[in-house]
Amino acid sequence: MTENTNMKVKYGRSKGFFETFERRPGAIKKNMHYCPGCGHGIVHKLIAESIADFDIKDRTIMIAPVGCSVFSYYYYDYFGISAPHGRAPAVATGLVRANPDNIVVSYQGDGDLGAIGFNNFIQAANRGENIAVFFVNNGIYGMTGGQMAPTTLPGQKTATSPTGRSVTNEGYPLKVSEMVAALDAPIYVERVSLSSTKNIARTRKAIRKAFQNTIDKKGFSMVEILAGCPVNMKFNSREMNEFIENQMQHYFPLGCFKDIADTRDPIKRPEGIFDKQKVKDILYPIKVAKGVSADFKNESKIFQKERKIKIAGFGGQGVLSLGMMIATMGKLRNFNVTWLPSYGPEMRGGTANCTIITSRQKVCSPIVDKLCNLLIVLNQPSMEMFLPELKQNGVLLYDSSTIAPPKCSEDKIIYAVKASDIAKKIGSLKCANSVILGALSVVMKDYFLEGKDKKDFDRAFEEAIMDCFADKQNVIQMNIEAFYAGKEAVEATLTNPHPGV
Amino acid sequence: MNNTTVVHTNKLLLKGNEAVVYGALLAGCECFFGYPITPASEIAHTAAEYFPKLGRVFLQAESETAAINMVLGASAAGRRVMTASSGLGISLKQEGVSYLAGSELPAVIVDIMRGGPGLGNIGPEQSDYNQVVKGGGHGNYKCIVIAPNSAQEMCDFAFWAFDMADKYLLPVYILTDGVVGQMLELVSLPDPIPRKPVPKWALDGRYNPRTNMITSIYLEHDDLERRNILLQEKYAEIMKHEQIAEEYLTEDAEIIISGHGIVSRLAQTAVEELREKGIKAGSLRPVTLFPFPVKAFKKAAKTAKQFLCVEMSNGQMIDDIKLSIECSRPVHLLNRMGGNVPTVDSIVAKCLELTGSGKSGKSKAPRGKKK
Ligand SMILES: Cc1ncc(C[n+]2csc(CCOP(=O)(O)OP(=O)(O)O)c2C)c(N)n1
Ligand code: SF4
Ligand SMILES: [Mg+2]
Repeated sequence: MTENTNMKVKYGRSKGFFETFERRPGAIKKNMHYCPGCGHGIVHKLIAESIADFDIKDRTIMIAPVGCSVFSYYYYDYFGISAPHGRAPAVATGLVRANPDNIVVSYQGDGDLGAIGFNNFIQAANRGENIAVFFVNNGIYGMTGGQMAPTTLPGQKTATSPTGRSVTNEGYPLKVSEMVAALDAPIYVERVSLSSTKNIARTRKAIRKAFQNTIDKKGFSMVEILAGCPVNMKFNSREMNEFIENQMQHYFPLGCFKDIADTRDPIKRPEGIFDKQKVKDILYPIKVAKGVSADFKNESKIFQKERKIKIAGFGGQGVLSLGMMIATMGKLRNFNVTWLPSYGPEMRGGTANCTIITSRQKVCSPIVDKLCNLLIVLNQPSMEMFLPELKQNGVLLYDSSTIAPPKCSEDKIIYAVKASDIAKKIGSLKCANSVILGALSVVMKDYFLEGKDKKDFDRAFEEAIMDCFADKQNVIQMNIEAFYAGKEAVEATLTNPHPGV
Repeated sequence: MNNTTVVHTNKLLLKGNEAVVYGALLAGCECFFGYPITPASEIAHTAAEYFPKLGRVFLQAESETAAINMVLGASAAGRRVMTASSGLGISLKQEGVSYLAGSELPAVIVDIMRGGPGLGNIGPEQSDYNQVVKGGGHGNYKCIVIAPNSAQEMCDFAFWAFDMADKYLLPVYILTDGVVGQMLELVSLPDPIPRKPVPKWALDGRYNPRTNMITSIYLEHDDLERRNILLQEKYAEIMKHEQIAEEYLTEDAEIIISGHGIVSRLAQTAVEELREKGIKAGSLRPVTLFPFPVKAFKKAAKTAKQFLCVEMSNGQMIDDIKLSIECSRPVHLLNRMGGNVPTVDSIVAKCLELTGSGKSGKSKAPRGKKK
């Protein structure tokens, strides 16, 4: 960065500045670090003065970008924060969403706003964040030594366009104000310049307007300020002003592109809820099922060890929610339970599967890495795919309205139920999974449950349905009907007279 | 049911990804900024539902870069704030995380690790270990990293993460694999805490002087060095006080199995199976990854003859084990990558082989979850 320690603050100390710049390292505490004739110093002063005049020093947070104005916090007598290069509008979003009473200023150069951070900028604009963006367009990267910026003019020589910006190689200068004004959300967009006293006065007015909008919580305001970087462009101050006036303003016409603050209502954001009871009422689920007491123990010895259930079918057949209903039963009967769905592209291929592991002990992993004890299959391809993963003496339950009877080894215990057909008759294919659940209740009684559990489990099934559809009261009845229909209709096709699971 | 008074329960089945949002909200988190990515997306889905219901801030950012910088802004405003992502999204966040660390701002970042490098896949992996535990972005910084292995811990660790972030003023990662994120288990929700007061360093004029300023730039070399030394002192303090490990049958163990996230559960089961076979196995699970539980490993190395590090990555955590015990014992690696999860059988077989109890030379290649 270029520093000129002898520079005088041309326009005198503003009310919004510190008396002396104690944050500035080194001996010089009175003057700014900017080069003579630099646009940043003038814009800083106009901003500081507005903030003092609006009496918002205690509410204003100035985001210092990465660029020559990275040190702006040396000067301003209000809150300051440094943002990564180009990210000021995202930081501003965080600041103003966290506390909508903050007056947040995103101050950015053309590299910061137009190149590395353009997406963050345009998205914040498009969301209509209640912030003021002051965009200092000096057509160059000042801080890093005069490289080309997105707003460098065609033919303009810089350190990285030594023969002049070529529009076929680097494209045309970015017309930021025009682009922002084309969006629906922003309320105020104006391009001004620092080329003359008259233009500086206009700039002052535009900055004030942006602050007024922000104070009124009207939304996104941007002032683009054409400025000079005389050091990198090797101009004296007269040449600099002429360049801005004749070259830059020619390409970047001055004027107000949008001013619709009057048509907008102030942005209102909700107040956070922290009252303990209210938080609980919102976050804690409503207790639907009675379940069992905390010290309840199931009688069936089978659940001493992990029992692994795999369910597979087409996406949309309710594979995952069937798994959820089974997991919910586990919850209601004090089992430890895990449920793991297939996710992502596995689902998009049209197939879905999930695994449920239940145990009275802790469950190690939700992945069925050995073979499963119970396989529920809802479509033909899944039958082919997962039947080999069924354990010796394992139980298979499938939808016989769509799947042909499987060929499998003698030890397997097979149950079939015409789940889809029955569900259609009841009124919706969607409750086919509850038909399966009904069939499962029979399987459970035959092969898993002992003693009192045999009787009690029917209630657990019903309660699981109620629990899983708690937010869809109208479908509960249909699913319970489907459950009982499945219970009635299931057929055991025993191939092994002496099964042991 | 409609006419009776509504009774709430604090027990529910939640995915790890959902549980962490419940935990965060109960821990007083006020803002969530994120960008969708599998297998972390349910975090954004759940946040999108419940943050607004509690009048708090949910915003889908335009990128992970934006999200982490929104986090920076909200944190500077003095609010509890979080984001969540996975692998490549975490890579994008690293610049912002470095700024948070350099500016000493608290935040909670959840990383549900998936397969890499590059686009990799969405299967579970643990390959962000190095980029998260070792700092990750530029500069001499560290983040506290805690590694839950269940849905209940996903919920509970959110409280812990926010408390440590506030205590030490740094980003805290909740780091786990796609399995723990996607798996649904029974969770007991803790009580919500009262709203945290705005900290005194925050940019909030209602409570604090406007001279408050947040930056990570120190132009003078000596200033920045001093700053860095202070940060290192803070990390040393964390190393001293915050190490947590979970020991399982380690006292007399001759072989110690170590893994984090879902692997730690497989390791415990493997220990049980090995004990049944008469092998003195134990498991040592790092719960904090930074600070790595060096003390627990040093202690274990007094009795254990060897260690087996089980990872869903290419041998990342193993370096920390070796360093902890100063290579005083052999540390072996058993790992799977690409979305595969090691099996209990493969861990047992490896331990049998290492302890000379297995049928040598006949051990099968480890089998993972079929994809
Ligand atoms: C990620 C990153 N990349 C690059 C840089 C180096 N850098 C610092 S300032 C700057 C350009 C700033 O130009 P501009 O925004 O136009 O600001 P000016 O100095 O002209 O006011 C660059 C490239 C950085 N700090 N961070
Ligand atoms: S923008 Fe140019 S003139 Fe201004 S301080 Fe930077 S290098 Fe100097
Ligand atoms: Mg510039």
